[in-house]
Amino acid sequence: MSDTDHGFGNRGNRDASVVNPKGRGTVDGTRRSGAVQPGSGAAPFLAATALRGGYGKADILHGCTITVDRGQIAVIVGPNGAGKSTAMKAIFGMLDLREGAVQLDGNDISALNPQDRVRAGMGFVPQVANVFPSMTVEENLQMGAYIREDDFRQTMDQVYTLFPAVAQKRKQAAGELSGGQRQQVAVGRALMTQPKLLMLDEPTAGVSPIVMDELFDRIIEIARSGISILMVEQNARQALEIADIGYVLVQGTNRYTDTGAALLANPEVRRTFLGG
Amino acid sequence: MDIANALVAILNFVVIPAAAYGSQLALGALGVTLIYGILRFSNFAHGDTMAFGTAMVILLTWALQAMGVSLGPIPTALLALPFGIALTAALVLMTDRWVYRHYRRVRADPIVLVMASVGVMFVMNGLTRLVIGVEEIRFDDGARFIISVQQFKAWSGLAEGLSFRTTQAITLIVAALSCWALFRFLNRTRSGKAMRAYSDNEDLALLSGIDPERVVRMTWIIATALAVMAGTLYGLDKSFKAFNYFQILLPIFAAAIVGGLGSPTGAVAGGFIIAFSEVAVTYPWKKIAGYLFPTWQPDGLLQLLSTEYKFAVSFVILIVVLLFRPTGLFRGKSV
Repeated sequence: MSDTDHGFGNRGNRDASVVNPKGRGTVDGTRRSGAVQPGSGAAPFLAATALRGGYGKADILHGCTITVDRGQIAVIVGPNGAGKSTAMKAIFGMLDLREGAVQLDGNDISALNPQDRVRAGMGFVPQVANVFPSMTVEENLQMGAYIREDDFRQTMDQVYTLFPAVAQKRKQAAGELSGGQRQQVAVGRALMTQPKLLMLDEPTAGVSPIVMDELFDRIIEIARSGISILMVEQNARQALEIADIGYVLVQGTNRYTDTGAALLANPEVRRTFLGG
Repeated sequence: MDIANALVAILNFVVIPAAAYGSQLALGALGVTLIYGILRFSNFAHGDTMAFGTAMVILLTWALQAMGVSLGPIPTALLALPFGIALTAALVLMTDRWVYRHYRRVRADPIVLVMASVGVMFVMNGLTRLVIGVEEIRFDDGARFIISVQQFKAWSGLAEGLSFRTTQAITLIVAALSCWALFRFLNRTRSGKAMRAYSDNEDLALLSGIDPERVVRMTWIIATALAVMAGTLYGLDKSFKAFNYFQILLPIFAAAIVGGLGSPTGAVAGGFIIAFSEVAVTYPWKKIAGYLFPTWQPDGLLQLLSTEYKFAVSFVILIVVLLFRPTGLFRGKSV
């Protein structure tokens, strides 16, 4: 951004013999965490309240609030550009918030950086670039378990039982897998930390309908094991069918908040967001 | 035709020197490739890190010699090496703290980091000259030869001699051991895998709870250790001269790019390819031709390029590789 040289068309940054832009991050990894504050007692398991902020000067989130209770599946739907993914990133600390607080399990974790939120019990599966392509499936899962000091073989077996298709490919590089399998590895990687809250950003983007149904089945299975799930979905109808609570986000604010079934039954929601 | 003498001459004048030089380049290129793969820029200060590290090792060697410490037939510099690495790593980590971290924090374009490393290069260059001067320094002690020419001639009865110097043997052993250790570290250990993960996808590494600053520190320390080893071995094998280390940056980068930037295997292979080409092209083959074809009397020395132009070899290989196979032999990350 700083000195985008119009005369040279940003040539230096495209010369791969001196720079390596592949896999470059978007989050400031040097940021240190602040202290965890005690939260207000009555708050749900995850309570992200009145979030305001964006990437630059213009805000994308205008005071949206997302809460998830223990073992619940929460789904965020909404039109393109509503700030769904941004809200997820904000909850994970990958975005500088101007206002708002994030509480997890009774603690205010607003000052934590993403690395420490992982340690606090959150897991995140980004929409794209969600595996380590040059590493094997097994190594991807091992990296998921990076913060764990105990024996994580049992968790790995659980992941392989959940996703038998990738279990056969454990020695294969994750970058060589099909879209659906890659998505399974990505979810598996996040499960390896044994998170209390799993956040999925469009887990079914770019996978076939059959794989999509299967992924949704797996997500229900994960939620039944006691993990709270917060998910952004393009396939709003299917997602709301499995949702305990649904959020319709428009322009960075909550438009509708209700149970999944109630939102599906709401004629206005159906007409505006679910295509009739 | 005198094949035995020809083979001995090739071994003595081409294979052994090129293998030792190749190991030194490989160690240097490994550092360059690690920094490129993980910190995502070509570190132009690598050559001067080598020079500074070697200067530290030399000073420590002198101190040890003054105290009367010696390793017998093995150069004292090997004993000073770990301490030299520690001192240089401290300086490099300080540089990261003062220079590079700022650019990571503001998420500067990668080319900005490259230019920052050029600045660091000049500072380190000056620092080295300030500390140890610009003169040529020889600091190898201990036994000079494992096999000397006389010994070999007496043993084999051949007209052609063969020498194998202690420093060459040490270079090969140290390079082999450190490559083995590095590959094991990257492929087997949790920290090594975390470094590969960070190289693959920075954000996802963060989301796995990997502390990026720790990965950055480890990368600097490992790259510095490799650089100081390469520099010390080069200095023991030839001699130390601050300016030579600035020049050696070109063959090192050529090696890393020929192998494929970001690929450690490629860096090792590239080091040997560059070294063997450089030695083979600048070696006068007349003597060997004389053994093989006694009737042929060539006019010249059969030397393709005079040794002053040896850097041209790296340049040509570099350009050819960038033109025809920019990802390098081992499919690194470039292009």
